[in-house]
Amino acid sequence: MVLSILHRMTGVAMSIGLIVLVAWLMQAAAGPEAYLRFTAFMGSTVGRLLLVGWSFAFFFHAANGVRHLAWDTGRGFDKRSADRSAWLVLAFAVAMNTIFWWALI
Amino acid sequence: MSLKTPLGRVLGLGSAKEGTDHWWGQRVSAVALLFLGSWFLYSLLGLQNFTYLEVIRFVGVPLNGVLLSLLAMTLAYHSYLGVQVVIEDYVHTPGTKVVSLLLSRFAHVFVAIAAVYAILVIGIGS
Repeated sequence: MVLSILHRMTGVAMSIGLIVLVAWLMQAAAGPEAYLRFTAFMGSTVGRLLLVGWSFAFFFHAANGVRHLAWDTGRGFDKRSADRSAWLVLAFAVAMNTIFWWALI
Repeated sequence: MSLKTPLGRVLGLGSAKEGTDHWWGQRVSAVALLFLGSWFLYSLLGLQNFTYLEVIRFVGVPLNGVLLSLLAMTLAYHSYLGVQVVIEDYVHTPGTKVVSLLLSRFAHVFVAIAAVYAILVIGIGS
């Protein structure tokens, strides 16, 4: 039940993240100075925290999206299965985000 | 007995005139994004310091440019469908709702075009 609103929140968060992704490409296209201004901000503590949040949002939204696709086929819709897959999705997102940042740094 | 016209029965649409397009479009783009998003995050692991030259070289590889363009366009489409539902659910004033939906549409088209344009500029320049 909580995951339902979290799915929306991570979705909207990534809609804002999409602007940053495109800003990254635009600043790279604009040249070295513009690109440096972008990385200076995203490399700051606030920028890094936002990036960790966006990657978590991706892993969560993707895993929970697969959960929704399974529901669309009528599978796993009873309360017990839904509760269990909710924990599975959360654990997956936290684990994948940890592995991702461990591999990136 | 159905009161639908024969044409209405064939088209299979309700009063909204768009049937399952929104629902289906969201699912198709979701599946595409599972692949494109995973590819993107995996590619980021290959970039060491995110320097200007490193990023230009990465985006300049034709296959990367194509996949990045697909990612940005599919993200914009999926994001537009999602934000549309959020606006429809939470914005109740008719005027504000229409203006919000319009601005969201413009913003998403802008973002998609900007991404593809930037990728082309980088690709042609490198």
